[in-house]
Amino acid sequence: MSVHTENSHEVIDEDKRDFIYIATGTVVAAGAAGLAWPLVMQMGKAADTLAAGAIEIDLSKVVEGQQLKMLWRGAPVFVRHRTAAEIAEAESVDVSDLKDPQTDDERLVPNPAGKLEPQYLVMVGVCTHFGCIPVAEQNKVKPQGEFGGWYCPCHGSHYDTSGRIRKGPAPKNLKIPPYEYISDTVIKVG
Amino acid sequence: MSGHPSTYEPKNGFTKWMDQRLPIIRMGADFMTYPSPRNLNYWYTFGGILTLCLVAQIITGIILAMHYTPSVDAAFESVQRIKRDVPFGWLLQPMHAVGASMFFFAVYIHMFRGLYYGSYKAPREMVWILGCVIYLVMMATGFLGYTLPWGQMSFWGATVITGFFGAIPVVGESVQQWLLGGYAVDNATLNRFFSLHYLLPFVIAAIVGLHVWAMHHAGQNNPVGIEPKSKEDTLSFHPYYTAKDFFAICIFLLIFAYFLFYYPDSLGHADNYIEADALETPAHIVPEWYFLPFYAILRAVPSKLLGILLMFAAVAVLFILPWLDTSKVRSMRFRPVTKLWFILFVIACFVLGWHGALSPDDPVMGVKSVWWSRAATLYYFSFFLIILPVMGLIETPKDRPDSITKSVLGEASS
Repeated sequence: MSVHTENSHEVIDEDKRDFIYIATGTVVAAGAAGLAWPLVMQMGKAADTLAAGAIEIDLSKVVEGQQLKMLWRGAPVFVRHRTAAEIAEAESVDVSDLKDPQTDDERLVPNPAGKLEPQYLVMVGVCTHFGCIPVAEQNKVKPQGEFGGWYCPCHGSHYDTSGRIRKGPAPKNLKIPPYEYISDTVIKVG
Repeated sequence: MSGHPSTYEPKNGFTKWMDQRLPIIRMGADFMTYPSPRNLNYWYTFGGILTLCLVAQIITGIILAMHYTPSVDAAFESVQRIKRDVPFGWLLQPMHAVGASMFFFAVYIHMFRGLYYGSYKAPREMVWILGCVIYLVMMATGFLGYTLPWGQMSFWGATVITGFFGAIPVVGESVQQWLLGGYAVDNATLNRFFSLHYLLPFVIAAIVGLHVWAMHHAGQNNPVGIEPKSKEDTLSFHPYYTAKDFFAICIFLLIFAYFLFYYPDSLGHADNYIEADALETPAHIVPEWYFLPFYAILRAVPSKLLGILLMFAAVAVLFILPWLDTSKVRSMRFRPVTKLWFILFVIACFVLGWHGALSPDDPVMGVKSVWWSRAATLYYFSFFLIILPVMGLIETPKDRPDSITKSVLGEASS
C-alpha cells in the first residue's frame, strides 16, 4: 500500500517499510541466537572431560565378600564380589513387586565365553536419588540397609544385593555402567 | 527514588551547579528526610541491618577472593591458608562465613515481620515480590559460596542440590551435566560456582535498590497497617529512624561478634574441615541451617520429583501471597484469630528446621522424624493456601484506630 504525502513526489511505501522492519528484526534475532549458542554451550562438558572416559578393572583382585571402588567419570564404580547367599537372595526376589523391575541376570554382562558371572556385580555407586554414595559395610556405623545390599545415608534409600531400589525415595536401581570383558578377568568400563 | 515532594534547597554555588546537572545530592537529601510513619517499632530496623549485612559480605568477599584459589587441588588448602597465614585472615574468613548466617537470620525476621504486619498487601505487592526475588538470589549465593571451601559438605551439598535438576523428566541428566560442566561435581563446577558467587551479590544490590525504590514510592507500612493521613503521622527518616536503626545495628553486631569471636564454627558443619572426597559421602549430610526447613519439606515426600516440586513450591507460594490473603486488614494486631494461625506458622517453620537436621527415621517423642516434617509441611502450605484466603472472608477484625497518631497516643487498642 502506498500513501502520498503533501509533496506528491514523495511516496511512502508501507509494504517496503514493513519488509525492512521484519528483515532487520530477523537478522538481529538470528545474530543474537547465534551469539547465545556459544555462550550457553561453553557450560557443557569440555573435550578433555569427554575424553577421560574409560578405565580397566581386574576382577580377580576382588576377593569374595569384598567391594572395590574405582573412580570413573568423577564418580565411583562399585565392583562387588558377591557371596553365594547374596546371589541367591538377589535371584529369589519377585521382580513384579519392585519399583524398577529388573531380574538379577539383566544387571550382568556376559563374559567372553558368553556366560554370566553372577559373583561380580559392577555398578555406578551413585544413589539415583540425589547422587550420594551408598554404603555397604556391614557394621553399625555404616549399615548396609534392610535388604542386605546398600544404604544411602543422605535420604535413606535401601538397595538389595543386586543394587535394586527396595525402599526409600530413590526412583531407580543403581545404574549399570557400559562395560565389557576384555579378557577372562579384566573388564573395561566406559 | 523517594516519592515525596522534595524539600531540598541547594545552598552554595557548587550544590546549585550540581542540582541542575546531576541531582544526586537532592536524591540523598530526599532519602534522608523521607517521611516515615511515626510508629515504626524495632521489627522495622531489619532493612537497615540487612543493608549492613550485604555491604559487609561484599567487602569481606572481595578480600577473600584476593587470597582464594578456585581449583579442586588448591581450594581447600587456600581457605585454610587464609585462616592461618594471611594477615587477619582468621578474622575476615569467619566474618564472611558467620556473616552469611547472620544475613539469613536477619532476612527471616524481616520476612516474618512483613508477614505479620501485612506489608505485602496493596499497594506494596512489588515491594514484597522484589523481596522474594532477593531472598531467592540470596539462597543461590549462599549455596554457591558454601561450595567454595571444597570440604566434604561443600562437595556433597553441591552434588545433592545440582541433583535436583537431574529429576526433571527426560532432559534432567543433560541439564544437570550442563550445569556441572562434567559427569559429576568437579573442577569445572567449582570454577563456575566461584564466578557466579562473585556476581550474584551485585545482582542483589541492584534488586535492593528497586526494593527500596518501590517501598518509598508506595510508602512504608507500619505496625497498625493504616496509611499516614497527615504530617503528624510521619517523622523524617533522619534523625529519628537513622538513630533507631543504628541502635538496632549495635545490638545485632553484638550477637554477630558473639558468634564471630567465640563460636565461629558453630553455624557450620565439622565435616567441612575434611577435604572433598568424590568416593565417600559423609554419614549424615545436612545443608546450612538456613536451608533446613526446605530440606525437611524435600524429604517429607517419598517421591524424588514431587519432593523437589514441593520444596520449590514452598518458595513460590511466597510470590503469590499478596493475592492469597483476602483480608483488607493489614496488621495481625487487628486479626485476633489469624494471629494465632500465624504463631502456629512460625512454630511450623521451626519444626521444619529442626527436623531438617535429623535423619528421617530418627524418633522424636515416639514418632518418626519424617512424620513431624510431613505434618509441618502440610501446615506450611495450608497456612498460605487455605487459612489466609478463608480467614480474610470469615474473620471479624478488631476496630482500627483512626490514625497512626491516635494509635500512638493510646486512643485505640492495639
